Amino acid sequence: MSAEAHAHDEHHEHHETFFTKYVFSMDHKMIAKQFLITGMIMGVIGVAMSLLFRLQLAWPGEKFEILNVLLGDRFAPDGVMDPNIYLALVTIHGTIMVFFVLTAGLSGTFSNLLIPLQIGARDMASGFINMLSYWFFFASSVVMVASLFVEAGPASAGWTIYPPLSALPQAIPGSGAGMTLWLVSMTLFIVSSLMGALNYIVTVLNLRTKGMSMTRLPLTIWAFFVTAILGVLSFPVLLSAALLLLFDRSMGTSFYLSDIMIAGEVLPNQGGSPVLFEHLFWFLGHPEVYIILLPALGITSEVISTNSRKPIFGYRAMVGSILAIAFLSFIVWGHHMFVTGMSPFLGSVFTFTTLLIAIPSAVKAFNYITTLWKGNLQFTPAMLFSIGLVSTFVAGGLTGIILGDSALDINVHDTYFVVAHFHIVMGLSAIFGMFAGVYHWFPKMFGRRMNKMLGYLHFWITFVCAYGVFFPMHFTGLAGLPRRYFSNQEFPMFDDLQDINVLITFFAIVGGIAQVFFLFNFFYSALRGPKSSQNPWRSNTLEWTTPVEHIHGNWPGAIPEVHRWAYDYSKPGMDEDFVPQIVPLKEGEESGH
Amino acid sequence: MFEIIGFIVAVLGIIAIAQVVKVYEASSKLKEKDGNDVTSKDNNTQGRLMLLFGILFMVSFVAMIIGWGDVMLDTPASEHGSDYDFLWDVSMAIIIVVFVIVQPILFYFAWKYRGTKGRKATYYEHNNRLELIWTVVPALTLAVLIIYGLTTWSNVMNPDNEDQEPIVVELYAQQFYWTARYAGEDNILGEANVRYIGGSNVVGINDADANGHNDIITRELVLPKGQPVLFKFRSQDIIHSAYFPHFRAQMNCVPGMVTQFQFTPTVSTEEMRRDPSIMQKVKRINEIRSAEGKESWEFDYVLLCNKICGAAHYNMQMPIRVVEQEEYDEWISEQKTFLESL
Repeated sequence: MSAEAHAHDEHHEHHETFFTKYVFSMDHKMIAKQFLITGMIMGVIGVAMSLLFRLQLAWPGEKFEILNVLLGDRFAPDGVMDPNIYLALVTIHGTIMVFFVLTAGLSGTFSNLLIPLQIGARDMASGFINMLSYWFFFASSVVMVASLFVEAGPASAGWTIYPPLSALPQAIPGSGAGMTLWLVSMTLFIVSSLMGALNYIVTVLNLRTKGMSMTRLPLTIWAFFVTAILGVLSFPVLLSAALLLLFDRSMGTSFYLSDIMIAGEVLPNQGGSPVLFEHLFWFLGHPEVYIILLPALGITSEVISTNSRKPIFGYRAMVGSILAIAFLSFIVWGHHMFVTGMSPFLGSVFTFTTLLIAIPSAVKAFNYITTLWKGNLQFTPAMLFSIGLVSTFVAGGLTGIILGDSALDINVHDTYFVVAHFHIVMGLSAIFGMFAGVYHWFPKMFGRRMNKMLGYLHFWITFVCAYGVFFPMHFTGLAGLPRRYFSNQEFPMFDDLQDINVLITFFAIVGGIAQVFFLFNFFYSALRGPKSSQNPWRSNTLEWTTPVEHIHGNWPGAIPEVHRWAYDYSKPGMDEDFVPQIVPLKEGEESGH
Repeated sequence: MFEIIGFIVAVLGIIAIAQVVKVYEASSKLKEKDGNDVTSKDNNTQGRLMLLFGILFMVSFVAMIIGWGDVMLDTPASEHGSDYDFLWDVSMAIIIVVFVIVQPILFYFAWKYRGTKGRKATYYEHNNRLELIWTVVPALTLAVLIIYGLTTWSNVMNPDNEDQEPIVVELYAQQFYWTARYAGEDNILGEANVRYIGGSNVVGINDADANGHNDIITRELVLPKGQPVLFKFRSQDIIHSAYFPHFRAQMNCVPGMVTQFQFTPTVSTEEMRRDPSIMQKVKRINEIRSAEGKESWEFDYVLLCNKICGAAHYNMQMPIRVVEQEEYDEWISEQKTFLESL
């Protein structure tokens, strides 16, 4: 290790140009910031899109000049939204939020920032592949944004891009060049994600500092590590699904197409099955939910423990439940397909495995709550978002028990009940985890503090509006309202839902605007915020032993040795209410857990 | 104009935030400490807000159930529908109980254990017995739900047809229409494929197959009350989904394959129109419609498309009429068979 440290000391002296420092950086801390800021830009686009289609849902057919300004004469003539662009907006909103914000933005940022810092490594195992991972993600983002400007409109087949809708431009205009760009963008994205994930796995396994055994890893690292394994095992399947779809679209193959007549013409394709695509898609799609959620849960474990000034309750159970959730997440994908015509027996199997996931999830929720019990809670903005996450994780997870039950799914499948469920359990929980992470590790990223009061304001408006948007959707779903409807005016039975739709849109607009507080706070504090001390949250983990100013190689001297787990908060017999991992055990002290 | 005003407001807003932040930071510098450290005062305020949120959350939950309870689907119109609703109620009761226990505890703890200077948190890192309890209790509850759910699922998907042979009806989906094909007197659907489509043969029946000759094609779905109906689903172009919310039934229509779902309608359209909850709903909706100057609405069952299928996805519907057996027999005898329509 000392030879390596020496090499890095020399490296440190190297002159860095603007390009090697800020653009083609191989330093994990800079790459983390690149992921975060790209993710935030994509997030602004994704959220803005949701506000546009919420306008249409609350006041269908009403003229909004802003729609004409943003979407143009082609897609919003006179300010009235076109049904095709509505579908494009929901499709791209879903794609951007799921992949670009909550996968790359969340995992890319915090895995990169925290894995080397928290395990005591100078950098990722391969800085070069790490850099490539970001630039593939960047290229993928550029292609996805470019697809918004295609003449016929971007991909509009839903974020799940089920063929034949996604395969046939005759079926929907967005399945032309827009869909091709979507597939190209996702291919680049998958490459980026795989390079990132391999790096995370290798780094965690090989570069832990002395004393950092797997059972001493902070739960953040456990979460990122298992997330990376999920990504490596499942994203390639999406890649194959996307490639076969490209073949069907451009080369006349029939993997997913059979017996189709469209635009008055019978297609020659024979023998394919769209259900095959659904299986391939959801084999990624379901682990993907946990690729999004686990990092947020990992961040929450760390933030809740630190700010409760208490050890995380049941560390081993927490690790066990991460592993259990990850394992089960590979054998539950069929619960998205109960009404596709899949064999009812398979439906039974998937119901069984799906409901099992509720057990480790319940353990996690109860352990978080017990961590708060008899704590000395410090309400930093990060802590507020973490508590918000526990609330949404419980509220959204519970309806999963309904949707995972094949018998009950029949009548609520693809309704707003599902929209409510997955936005609360996955969308809100993950975005709250991401906010918590940004507020908590901002001093580590920029050496400055974010403004506390703006953070409080941001949390409360966001939290209230988030529930205000998604909780009422349970009721519209139980009225039988299908998702992805451009308008519900064609069915008089839904006329009494319009007030609810207006209310939802109101909360969406207020909540959307409240994000300005965050964006302002973020950029202002990054440039002008007050300087942070080395360990502002009085935390135990290794990243707070590095200097405030970023240096290449993270620690100026030797990498510190680890002597205890990460959660010795308020340990009896200690002077302070925290004991960093680098502090050796006292004489006669029992090592925690 | 709207844009200009919006822009000015946004700019002024950002300037205002910037000024407030500056003043805030300047004042904390005077006090010689980092104004962004969390103080006991902050913990008190935020803890109270947490408690307040928890209370308001529960109150609005109850308010939503009371206020919007009657927009939800009510009386089921099929035989398995009541089993479905019962399973729904049991599952919902369980999750609501957990919800109204766990959420208040979370926000109560947030308030109760808000930080104060000088107090030390309790070092409590695990308790195997406690963790065993909240592993085993959910596991047992879920075991019950799984067994009950799978029994219902199996009953719904494999209905017992020993007493009564179901009538076979095909639902044929295409952008953006539904077409029904009754199997006719022989109760067997003729072979069909998109390659046979042409002229009045809109669903592509193979005229070489005699089973198809007495098939009946309609644009309206009329079902006899009390008679099991086995639906076969096909699609002409892309995936659609046949969603019958009042009958608690749904199945995708997938090009290249035939899917199926069977249910027995138990409430005729006329009877459903006299159902108290439906009467109330119709009354409420007609009040809204008359205020908007729309024609008044009479309740009808309806078939919706519930899988994204393109521009008019939101208007791909078909009326369903459930009638007494005699009325059905009369109606079906008036329809032209496939052979007659050629």
